[in-house]
Amino acid sequence: MSTYRIQGATGDWEVVIGLEIHAQVTSNSKLFSSSATAFGAEPNTQVSLIDAAMPGMLPVPNRECIRQAVRTGMAIDAQINKWSRFDRKNYFYADLPQGYQISQLYHPLVGEGSITIEADEKAGIPEDKVIGIERIHVEQDAGKLMHDQHPTMSYVDLNRSGVALMEIVSRPDMRSPAEAGAYVSKLRTILRYVGSCDGNMDQGSMRCDVNVSVRKPGEEFGTRTETKNVNSVRFVMQTIEHEANRQVDVLEGGGKIVQETRLFDPNTGTTRSMRSKEDAHDYRYFPDPDLLPLVLDDAFLEECRASLPELPDAKRARYVGDLGLSAYNAAVLTADVDTAGWFEALLSEAASAQGKAPAEVAKQAANWLISEFFGALNKLGRSLDDSPVSHEQAAELLALVGKGTISGSIAKQVLEIMLETGDSAGAIVEREGLKQESDTGAIEAKVDEILAANADKVSQYKDGKVALFGFFVGQTMKAMQGKANPQVVNEILKAKLG
Amino acid sequence: MSDITDLGVAALRDGVAAGQFSAVEVAEAFNANVAAAQDALNAFIVVTPEKAVEAARAVDAKRAAGEALGAMAGVPIGMKDLFATFGVQTTAASHMLEGFVPQYESTVSQKLWDAGAGMLGKLNLDQFAMGSSNETSHFGNVISPWRRPDGKAQLTPGGSSGGSSAAIAARLAPAATGTDTGGSIRQPAAFTGTTGIKPTYGRCSRWGVVAFASSLDQPGSMGRDVTDCAIMLEAMAGFDPKDSTSLDLPVPAWTASLSADMKGKKVGIPREYRADGMPAEIDAVWEQGIAWLKDAGAEVVEVSLPHTKYALPTYYIIAPAEASSNLARYDGVRYGLRDLPDGAGLQDMYAATRAAGFGPEVKRRILIGTYVLSAGFYDAYYTQAQKVRTLISQDFARAFEQVDVLLTPTAPSAAFALGENVDDPLAMYLNDVFTVPASLAGLPAMSVPAGLDAQGLPLGLQIIGRPLDEQGVLNAGLAIESRAGFTAKPGKWW
Repeated sequence: MSTYRIQGATGDWEVVIGLEIHAQVTSNSKLFSSSATAFGAEPNTQVSLIDAAMPGMLPVPNRECIRQAVRTGMAIDAQINKWSRFDRKNYFYADLPQGYQISQLYHPLVGEGSITIEADEKAGIPEDKVIGIERIHVEQDAGKLMHDQHPTMSYVDLNRSGVALMEIVSRPDMRSPAEAGAYVSKLRTILRYVGSCDGNMDQGSMRCDVNVSVRKPGEEFGTRTETKNVNSVRFVMQTIEHEANRQVDVLEGGGKIVQETRLFDPNTGTTRSMRSKEDAHDYRYFPDPDLLPLVLDDAFLEECRASLPELPDAKRARYVGDLGLSAYNAAVLTADVDTAGWFEALLSEAASAQGKAPAEVAKQAANWLISEFFGALNKLGRSLDDSPVSHEQAAELLALVGKGTISGSIAKQVLEIMLETGDSAGAIVEREGLKQESDTGAIEAKVDEILAANADKVSQYKDGKVALFGFFVGQTMKAMQGKANPQVVNEILKAKLG
Repeated sequence: MSDITDLGVAALRDGVAAGQFSAVEVAEAFNANVAAAQDALNAFIVVTPEKAVEAARAVDAKRAAGEALGAMAGVPIGMKDLFATFGVQTTAASHMLEGFVPQYESTVSQKLWDAGAGMLGKLNLDQFAMGSSNETSHFGNVISPWRRPDGKAQLTPGGSSGGSSAAIAARLAPAATGTDTGGSIRQPAAFTGTTGIKPTYGRCSRWGVVAFASSLDQPGSMGRDVTDCAIMLEAMAGFDPKDSTSLDLPVPAWTASLSADMKGKKVGIPREYRADGMPAEIDAVWEQGIAWLKDAGAEVVEVSLPHTKYALPTYYIIAPAEASSNLARYDGVRYGLRDLPDGAGLQDMYAATRAAGFGPEVKRRILIGTYVLSAGFYDAYYTQAQKVRTLISQDFARAFEQVDVLLTPTAPSAAFALGENVDDPLAMYLNDVFTVPASLAGLPAMSVPAGLDAQGLPLGLQIIGRPLDEQGVLNAGLAIESRAGFTAKPGKWW
């Protein structure tokens, strides 16, 4: 149970949140035409006769878009409707060439499902929580108006017109900005695993309509407002924070919440009214007579299911259960499909390089990736996507450590050089002479030198100042230029100092 | 030899193939008729004599080279101006699309060109195919070549494919495309003594046909006789992956299988089509049709289609509902008419453009359609109409358990005078009373000329068939045609 409350003058208020998320389907062509869908193309270069709604043009469903939506539904354990239908949502706007959007109101492709958000004490989510998903339907995106191209006119770019969207509608199951944020992040993770949406919120591939209401705990739902097109997790949380507080102020001031559509202003972190229910369009939904009902057969569903990857929850459990990773490390590594993919590639390379089972090197690989490599990449302003070090190269480095050829601290040095030069770890160790020295004789000679040169400290040590042991280790390592095997150094020193 | 322009599709094609005349001679003969009649009949919105000749030259060259010729080779036709034609203005007879020149070709017209047909021009029609008399065209009424004996009144050629029917009756074209939403091929054919078939919904692609009511619109062929319609329909039909409602079925060899022998066939006479107040002449021609089909060997039985009386109101809910949405794209933003008053915003532009671009009948139907889809009315009108539509389809399905085809009059009257019904939309809508039910059920149906009324005006009989049984419809049509011996044609006054 969320303990998030807005403290009002009249007591505590609970926030009720539902999200409608528009996720752009990853596909080469649009929902009902063969136009390309790439982001950032020159205006009106990805527009077919159908997208421009020329007279007599007809929509034909793109199998890949349907497939992606079905796979997404399967990934959230949802009911897949083998019979669904497209409806027209009628309204006039300059970015909507047909004068209607083809959507699915009455019979969506995907029915009830759910996703689980993980406990996060710090964020006020005390335990795992299941968030219901009411439906996913597919629909066309609209074009884009450009108001800054001409002093008195607006221009229209139809590149986005007809691109496939999944509208993913949650139940009003969230009770805090943190839960909503976790839901959006988790949904994004799942979409990216499935490969049905790239999740690029800054490019508009995922946009949230945020429904918020407040109530006294235990009472009926209050009247909600809907804030449209919020395009980052942080903004979703800000929207809820602001909107919930605004509603409490209105209600405690004796006012009423008006069911309305609002807009979020990222500059101020506030919402403002766009239109009230009275001004709402009458969309005159009706079944699109240009399209037959969408009927899916078992073979298609089976193919969709078979093509699903291991999903984040299953992967996380496997990392903990089979690979022995900490819950924290497993969560970090599975949060994004690319990270998990990188880790698994590294793991497999590292295991074979060291001739061990993956589970035997998993902790080493996970720790190194999370505590060494992410930080190093961060410093360079890079990510795994454009890492100058490949997982093969990283596995070689881990193998050098694993076999005792270099120490952990030398490995840090080697990584820095790898990032700078792109050279392989082995070559660097060879060239820079960084190989760890395990030859007892060589180390013993140095230890003897150091003990002789520091006779005073040796006697202090023998008098009980045992902390000086570290000093002798440091001196020895320094004399060995850091390449001495620390374990061997320890053993020799212990023997010599008695 | 008679005049080339008295010949139909089969005769022209075979004559060209046999070298009796060249395709160019044919094209030029029809081009001349088109030009001579244009002022009087207004059957065409745009004439394209050069297109007709160009296609004819190609056919002649092919023939000279000994290459195989298509099913429509050397036959110039009229193209209803609802079909998008590459590089040739396509208007749907509206001001909204005046000057609109598509950079694409409709599937059906492309198939006809591929079969060797040539284009005489774009035929006039009711605006956006909405009308039963061709009086709603922005480009003026089409005048029927037929006249009453006194010759005073201008008569309707029917609608919406009125340009098509007038052109065929007046020998301006041997055949023409039509589209049928609630009777727009069959009623004009009946009014002009010509033949027209609307195939099963989905037989012909709607891609590139300006949409009126998507779930009802269906292209079809119009010509002098059943054989010509069969030849042309065969060339037009076929699966089109660009139209989701297109039927993925092979096109049967209708022409080769034509037979006027009705032995072993059962013909149904729907009791509910005996409308009160139906003119005696209509009843008489119906009885005559029954006699002809019996003569051809058919057994004739009465059947019941109990929901017939609801067909017209159902149609006038569903068709306008779809039209109100289909015509939303004509908004002045991307193509076609734009009326942008000084200082106007987007909403003002929409209002001004659509006020200027659509005629009164189109506006009426957009308003009706918008109303029946509105919140609070949707279930009472649209949902209810869809249910009734299902019941009407079931009526037909039950009847076709008993009989092979149905025989009815095509229209409740002969052609009326222009202006007679124009101020009474309901009287106008009643023209479709016999044709609309088959449209709602998506069934193949055709009209064949059956005789003349007392004023010498043509009357047609309608044959309705099972889904996909165009053959049964064509055969029954042929049985009537071969017995009716309909040879009347309008006297040339233009």
